[in-house]
Amino acid sequence: MKWVSDKGLKRLLSVAVDPDFGDTKYRILEEISSGGMGTVYLAEDIELGRQIAIKVLNATEASQDIAQRMVREAQIIARLEHPGIVPVHDVGTLPDGRVFYAMKLVRGGRLDEYAAVNDSLKDRLRKFQAVCDAVAFAHAHGVIHRDLKPPNIMIGSFGEVLVLDWGVAKTITSQPSAADDLEADTLRLPHNNVGDQLNQQSENTAPGTIVGTPNYMSPEQARGEIRRLDERSDVYSLGAILYFLLTNKTPRASENGSQPARPRELNSKISKAAEAVCLKAMAGSPDDRYASAKELAIDVVHLIDDEAVGAYRENIFERSLRWLNKNRFLVLLVLAYLLMRIFFIFTPRR
Amino acid sequence: MEQDTDIGGPRNRFPETHYSAILAARSEDGEVRQRAFETIVESYWKPAYKYIRIKWQASNEDAKDLTQGFFTTAIEKRYFDSYDPAIASFQTFIRTCLDRYVTNQRKSDQRLKRGGGIEHLSLDFGEAENELFQQHGVSELTPEDFFHREWVRSLFSLAIENLRRHYVEKGSEVYFRLFELYDLREDTQDDENKLSYASLADRFGLTSMDVTNYLAAARRQFRKLVLERLRELTANEAEYRREARELLGVEIK
Repeated sequence: MKWVSDKGLKRLLSVAVDPDFGDTKYRILEEISSGGMGTVYLAEDIELGRQIAIKVLNATEASQDIAQRMVREAQIIARLEHPGIVPVHDVGTLPDGRVFYAMKLVRGGRLDEYAAVNDSLKDRLRKFQAVCDAVAFAHAHGVIHRDLKPPNIMIGSFGEVLVLDWGVAKTITSQPSAADDLEADTLRLPHNNVGDQLNQQSENTAPGTIVGTPNYMSPEQARGEIRRLDERSDVYSLGAILYFLLTNKTPRASENGSQPARPRELNSKISKAAEAVCLKAMAGSPDDRYASAKELAIDVVHLIDDEAVGAYRENIFERSLRWLNKNRFLVLLVLAYLLMRIFFIFTPRR
Repeated sequence: MEQDTDIGGPRNRFPETHYSAILAARSEDGEVRQRAFETIVESYWKPAYKYIRIKWQASNEDAKDLTQGFFTTAIEKRYFDSYDPAIASFQTFIRTCLDRYVTNQRKSDQRLKRGGGIEHLSLDFGEAENELFQQHGVSELTPEDFFHREWVRSLFSLAIENLRRHYVEKGSEVYFRLFELYDLREDTQDDENKLSYASLADRFGLTSMDVTNYLAAARRQFRKLVLERLRELTANEAEYRREARELLGVEIK
């Protein structure tokens, strides 16, 4: 009889639990990534002859609660028709009881990978603004993401920005739901990986009752105050992403629990306005943050355009300097004109 | 009463047979009982032997005698008749029986002398000993977890053998060869010569899509065989579903 080593045993276990799409119109081609809750596969839609991505609930997580969560994730994404959110084509259940959903296949890299090869702050801010727009759209439809972080944002091959992994998203209602009670009771801090199309090496997110990722999670979310969460919790996470884009560092609180270092302490080239936008988004109290992702996006656009931002009150000198900087071409032209005039005034005429 | 099942959906990819060796072991028909015992022993003797070696620190000769003695006594005294799936899984039951048997043997110091009086079962202890020698991380597991892991290993090894036979009988050995080469390989992550579907396709004169399809079919068949074996080793539908869920995480409908 064939001896099966421990490694072989592990592989066989995964083979035995591989999803079987035999009765569906999909054919699995290869695994893209795997996380705590689901595995994403590159697949082919046989009827339409196109490649797609399919997320399948991990067999080991096939509890009713997690299955419902995944169906809800698919339903939430399907509601959010926006260029910054990957469209879901189909949702279903395999013969072995596992839930899956099919979505558009997007090729590209994660935001942190993009940042690693792109130093231009303006480019980074433009991508960030697109993230804010997608999140603001979700907020406008009553959905908060709750796990925003660079590995959950993808930059497509044509520069398009997509917000992924809505597995722990929450629909905002005026009345607390039974699901909120369940989550509040079972809140666990993250320690295992979860992935989506391309976040294999993502920061950690807890499986089971997943509520976010430390460092990118708002203080109220980290405290498990599920019922208190609203758009401003996502605003905090967006602020943490901006912090990463400004400094190339994850905003880690120090061991004694103090706030992360100010961005300008890590990168002196950052403007005070950019730092202020970031810190306002990451304020400890939700009341001190931007009220919405849309408001944050507006300040980011102002940063990109070298305009005054709401988060920072400039003194007259800074305002002048910014104006000069923004209009330096015009200023140079005027100076050149003035110099020429001076030249002609003082040049003796015949 | 348990509802009859349509396991695995409309195309019956999961086993339809509801034979249970546990129930058959209680049969009054000696032949049926014998076949059931063979099924149980085939799946459990290696985990039992290794468990005795590890948990009870028995020498290999003592472990052989204790394993032989346990199963022959279980057959003679019809241990399995008292199994109640509502109380524990069969795996837990057999491990508990084994612990009790070894304790009694050691306590009374009446263990039968090597080879004396035990009706010998044909078991390849040398193979089990070799496997034990090759295993790592044994000390990191509790004896219970170790027994469970060995039981899974035994279940999978038997399913692999059944898979091989299945494809040999069908004259489609290439399916098993692909499964063996790709899914039973022992390479490491950094193996430079890592197998790919394309390299397998070249080797067998197939297309990559053929390799994908053949492997998918072999895996499906493997899963079916694992579940069939699991079905044999459980007493009723509830236990079967529970075990399938614990082992593979799948929900049997």
